[in-house]
Amino acid sequence: MQMREAAAIATEASLLDIRNLQIRLRRTRGAGLSVLDGVSLTVERGETIGIVGESGCGKSVLSLSILGLLPSAMRIGGGEIWYEGRHPLHTMTDRDIRAFRGKEIAMIFQDPMSSLNHGLTIGYQITETLRLHLGYSRKEARERAVWLLRKVGLPRPESLLREYPHQLSGGMRQRVMIAIAVSCNPGLLIADEPTTALDVTIQAQILDLMRQIREEDGTSILLISHDFGIIADMCDRVLVMYAGQIVESGTVDDLFERPLHPYTAGLLRSIPTPAKKNSPLYSIEGHVPALHERGAGCRFASRCAHATERCRTEQPELVAYRGGHAARCFLAEAEGGNRHAAV
Amino acid sequence: MKRMKSYSLVLGASFVSVLFVVMLISLVYTPHPPNEMNIRERLQAPSVRHWLGTDNFGRDILSRVMVGSQTAFEVGAVSVAIGLLGGFLVGTLAGYMGKWVDELLMRATDALLAFPGILLALLLVSISKPSLFQTMLAIGILSIPSFARVIRSGVLQHKEADYVKAARGLGAGHANLIFVQIAPNIASSVVTTAALSFSTAVLIEAALSYLGLGVQPPDPSWGRMLNEAQSYLAKAPWFTLAPGLLITLTVLGFNLLGDGIRDLRDKKS
Amino acid sequence: MPPSEPLVELNGITKSYAKPVSLFKRQTLRAVDGVSLSVRQGETLGLVGESGCGKSTTGQIAARLLAPSGGKLLYRGEDVTGAGAGALRRALRRRIQYVFQDPFTSLNPRFPIGRLLGEPLKINRLCGRKERQLRVGEMLETIGLDASYAKRYPHELSGGQRQRIGIARALILNPEFVVLDEPVSALDVSVQAQILNLLKKLQREFSLTYLFISHDLNVIHYMSDKVAVMYLGKIVETADVDSLYSRPLHPYTQALISFVPADDLRAKREKIILKGDLPNPLAIPAGCPFQTRCAHVHERCLSAAPSLKEASPGHSVSCHLYA
Repeated sequence: MQMREAAAIATEASLLDIRNLQIRLRRTRGAGLSVLDGVSLTVERGETIGIVGESGCGKSVLSLSILGLLPSAMRIGGGEIWYEGRHPLHTMTDRDIRAFRGKEIAMIFQDPMSSLNHGLTIGYQITETLRLHLGYSRKEARERAVWLLRKVGLPRPESLLREYPHQLSGGMRQRVMIAIAVSCNPGLLIADEPTTALDVTIQAQILDLMRQIREEDGTSILLISHDFGIIADMCDRVLVMYAGQIVESGTVDDLFERPLHPYTAGLLRSIPTPAKKNSPLYSIEGHVPALHERGAGCRFASRCAHATERCRTEQPELVAYRGGHAARCFLAEAEGGNRHAAV
Repeated sequence: MKRMKSYSLVLGASFVSVLFVVMLISLVYTPHPPNEMNIRERLQAPSVRHWLGTDNFGRDILSRVMVGSQTAFEVGAVSVAIGLLGGFLVGTLAGYMGKWVDELLMRATDALLAFPGILLALLLVSISKPSLFQTMLAIGILSIPSFARVIRSGVLQHKEADYVKAARGLGAGHANLIFVQIAPNIASSVVTTAALSFSTAVLIEAALSYLGLGVQPPDPSWGRMLNEAQSYLAKAPWFTLAPGLLITLTVLGFNLLGDGIRDLRDKKS
Repeated sequence: MPPSEPLVELNGITKSYAKPVSLFKRQTLRAVDGVSLSVRQGETLGLVGESGCGKSTTGQIAARLLAPSGGKLLYRGEDVTGAGAGALRRALRRRIQYVFQDPFTSLNPRFPIGRLLGEPLKINRLCGRKERQLRVGEMLETIGLDASYAKRYPHELSGGQRQRIGIARALILNPEFVVLDEPVSALDVSVQAQILNLLKKLQREFSLTYLFISHDLNVIHYMSDKVAVMYLGKIVETADVDSLYSRPLHPYTQALISFVPADDLRAKREKIILKGDLPNPLAIPAGCPFQTRCAHVHERCLSAAPSLKEASPGHSVSCHLYA
């Protein structure tokens, strides 16, 4: 905790600063279709930022782009990614970014079974990172691995080192992933749907663990999920993504109490809760436009009950209102961010 | 890497089509009668009259090679058909029924696979008089294991798929499940195996005929031509070159075709 | 008002698998261990539990896709457990249907939608081609898809559309009882809402009875009239939906319910976080299967397995705390 605080005092820059990021599909001719369009976000030290959206909105692509892990079919088409205000991740070669992966910035993924190597023991996979980034000797790495496994709440850490991923349950595997991720004390932890593949009771344990790590080590978290409940539980600020853009951002309270964008409002309304039992659930008309179906206007216009002619032809900007609550919607602009979105 | 993949299919398909067309043409026309001997013109180098030269009996090599392609295709087609049918039977029974049926059939298949192909072909062929039919039968039996394995693996994989369970839940019987539901999903891997088996068949036939145990004269065969040409290697190299080149091109063509189809299937999935 | 006699009844259903552990030793995996359930006509019974609890297996047994190792399955009071060949089996096939969780793998990728929907009619030889086409067209309309979808292939459709096809296929035979195995788990929230609305609409229109299997407590609450909770192959609690959610009795149910958000998603709930993991299903300890994670475990739980007993009318629980 001390180290991070000192660093925070020393520099004014945000921990992570993404400016106007554009991700395109590679194409032999022309610019290619864009997957992400002008996405900007910042993560300060000690903050937990949530990114919520449905499939195809680009949230996973966003998280992969930070560490240069985009699939070969995609590339960064524009924008900047700055770490600690002085490391331009977007321009780095693979070789240079490697120094960050697992050390300053760590990632945990949705499916721990496919993210861990089936053929290597748990012990090897943890110590590998330690020896690579921190130059530990074999003995030192082993000791630290045991300490880490204990820290993430795994029983019998010494014998666990010798086991293979398939011998562990899903929840245990995810804990191992977290152990590997925090092994080098990263400043930023990117968690892409970390609990989606897990049962509800295990989910709660893993989120609890993440909270514990956040408190103990001051790690910032970028949490990506489609589950509003988890986001509400864990995050300070939230960004809502739709069709490759951020359509709303603000604190958890902002979003839940006064959603400015019709999509956010619509999503919240579609969640089944006990009170809604005896009437049809609200559902947003239509479907998410495919990459090539995105027109010139607002991408949500085809599904929005209040879309105007302007909405269909012009692209709204992300405008910030009171308290940093921002939305990308002409109707919100017209209201000055004062009324929350009707659906 | 990407470029190479698309070449396989194109090259393979072109080779095979050209050979196929040549074979079709040979059914109705060859530059010279393939079996017409003309001692005065023996062992002539390639010329305008004889594009590929003449053999030790003065026969036109081009014509003989063209007619030889008929044998190659015939053997290939029939033996692949036998292999496919036999392999389908074995593979489907083994994959679908599982347990001891699977064990039994697969161990038998393994045993067949363990035999060196040529030896087995020799064995089968020498039991009775060597002939075209014997050759095709022998090679066909030899290719059953490859088909059986591919089909069995496909059936095993798809048997547990949800859509098969769904069809079962709707009342579909075994026949429907195998032929209607699963079959279209394993078709492309079977086609790949067929292409590769075809080329193996051509090669084995050539080997058998070279040894004198395959196709008998006067039926033409590239393999036997190679045997005949052997003694004249120094004097008339074109004599060996023609059948040898064609065997190589045919095998290569079908292999590339098989690879190309497999890559196409992989890309799609 | 649903009639009092249940439409479908499961009595003491068990399903065991033998797993070879070494060359000579085998271990028995009890996927389903003595499950008894009943559903009345027109009702929706929700079956909730986490992965490995046996709810999918139970669902498949109820839909007669899987044969149980023991126990009885009753349909309209008749024992249909072993219904082998012939008319009874065919009739049952039409009356009981199953919707799969993954709409992608449950549709034959090589068939166009029209064919997929017509398949049940074709397999059961129910009508000629013209009528089949007619019924397929009607069904597409009922689920809200344009007639042009008949020519498309599964991979061309979105997840929500595929799931509609899966549901439509189950309904084209006009069944009475439909087992839905996690029908919305693979879908986004907004699509989920559409599908749930569709399911409720179809239930009303066609007088369907549902066995709705899910791990999502919100969805279960929305859809069900009665709920049964499963843990490691056993039913640990059953009740009507309001009682279960307002007064859960079994410690496991209490933990699950504690995760259900209040209507305000932000409300800080008192969440019961269970310690430990699910025990290995091959080595379930003697006594109560929940002992390894229960906050109220005492001596009796380690030696004697509790059984399902009625704690109050319509509300049964399997736990020594209430014995």
